[in-house]
Amino acid sequence: MKRLEIENLSFHYGQGGFQNQVLKNINFSMGDESVGLIGANGVGKSTLLKLLTGLLDIQEGSVRIASLEMNKGNLKKIRGEIGYVFQDSDSQLFMSTVYEDVAFGPRNYGKSEEETKRLVQKALEQVHMEGKSKRQIYRLSGGEKKLASIATVLAMEAGIMLLDEPSVALDPRNRRNLIQVLNELPKAKIIASHDLDFVYDTCQRVVLLSDGEIAADGETEKVLTNQKLLEAHGLELPLSFWRRN
Amino acid sequence: MSRISEAISDLHKMDMEAEKNGWLQGIHPLPKLLVTILFILLTVSFGKYDLSGLLKMGVYLIITYVLGDISIKQLLKRMKLVLAFVCLVGIWNPFFDREILFSLGNLSVTGGMISMVTLMVKGVYAVSASYLLMVTTSMEDLCYALRKIGVPKTFVTILMLVYRYIIVLLKEIERMMDGYMLRAPKEKGLHYKVWGTMIGQLLLRSMDRAQTVYDSMMLRGYNGEFHLRCKRAARRLDYLYTVGWSAALLIVRIW
Repeated sequence: MKRLEIENLSFHYGQGGFQNQVLKNINFSMGDESVGLIGANGVGKSTLLKLLTGLLDIQEGSVRIASLEMNKGNLKKIRGEIGYVFQDSDSQLFMSTVYEDVAFGPRNYGKSEEETKRLVQKALEQVHMEGKSKRQIYRLSGGEKKLASIATVLAMEAGIMLLDEPSVALDPRNRRNLIQVLNELPKAKIIASHDLDFVYDTCQRVVLLSDGEIAADGETEKVLTNQKLLEAHGLELPLSFWRRN
Repeated sequence: MSRISEAISDLHKMDMEAEKNGWLQGIHPLPKLLVTILFILLTVSFGKYDLSGLLKMGVYLIITYVLGDISIKQLLKRMKLVLAFVCLVGIWNPFFDREILFSLGNLSVTGGMISMVTLMVKGVYAVSASYLLMVTTSMEDLCYALRKIGVPKTFVTILMLVYRYIIVLLKEIERMMDGYMLRAPKEKGLHYKVWGTMIGQLLLRSMDRAQTVYDSMMLRGYNGEFHLRCKRAARRLDYLYTVGWSAALLIVRIW
């Protein structure tokens, strides 16, 4: 089943002479797989994620999520199908306790309190935080905040998860824990990251964005071991490969 | 510890107290809110010379502070600024109202003196009752109760977000201050020349943060209202608490 289909998607910021073309004619589709979205700073990764969630309006081309065409009429349904994990967890977690934050989405989608409780428990179990539902958000560590952010999306039972730089500011243990959690989740995922080692550990497929276009799309192993390709687009081999060589 | 860190730490402590498994913390938030509102309304309804009647109302605070195991020392520490302001409110009364009501030995007690003390007591009572409510009730529960008594959803939403993000904002200010102080070690505080830049930066960062938070809420189906639920259903004890205290406070007021 196609979870996501993008056709001829282009996007620019600004108008007239100040126009900055960020994405050019993007074509891409994915099923139940984990895709790494990589590229140097400013190539349009975050813009693409915002277009997929409807936070930015589509200017040219089309996006279909779970067979639903991205438009204002379908936005609520689409946002139930796609979950976005922000880079900064403090922006994602706005309620005071973990339980209240994870329950926010299901309640807004009209779930009963009993069903909400079940979804929250399940989501927290999936990220191994079942004992921390009553914890105040500000008392969580950076790693726990990231896991709680993922739980907020899981509780909505979204078909696809988008993660923006999930490994930023995590210590090695929390990073390893996050890799384990993401690999255990049977969900379609798009992970936008500069951390190529992280992408290597969590994704089966990699899409390389460069200058607003898809420069490469293929198996993780093939793309991330291609030193020439990576260097031509402002990236470097993952550190673990340097060590191996 | 810097003053900002101290402020953040105080907020954390208040939240922790609200999460305790105490007797008062276990009462449903709605009765607590209703009794607090009634207490404040009855307190302010006393006449400006009715100090003796007003002092009787203190029984409510003494009993609830003892039963709730709330530290008076902490109340005074956290509320010192507000309490100082409250005490300042009536300070001019003795100058305007010089009518002698009675004498204590050689001391003539004027109406202004009594009304000043009455005003101070009213302020202290109102602040203490509000503080009691805050340290025994979580913000979600308090907002739930506010919605139940008909407070507009916009107000409740703002209250919730302000409470959550005041800590994030304080941390942002602390980071900016640290960045400044590390590069201006000879300065004792923030030099007036950078006030504008700092406030501008803080405003921009706050707007940026606000936009991201709003995006995050929209992505999870937010439609203009927080769907707040209370963690516990009302029990017989909660009804008893409401009726008991309401009756007691009214009797004290009328008597």
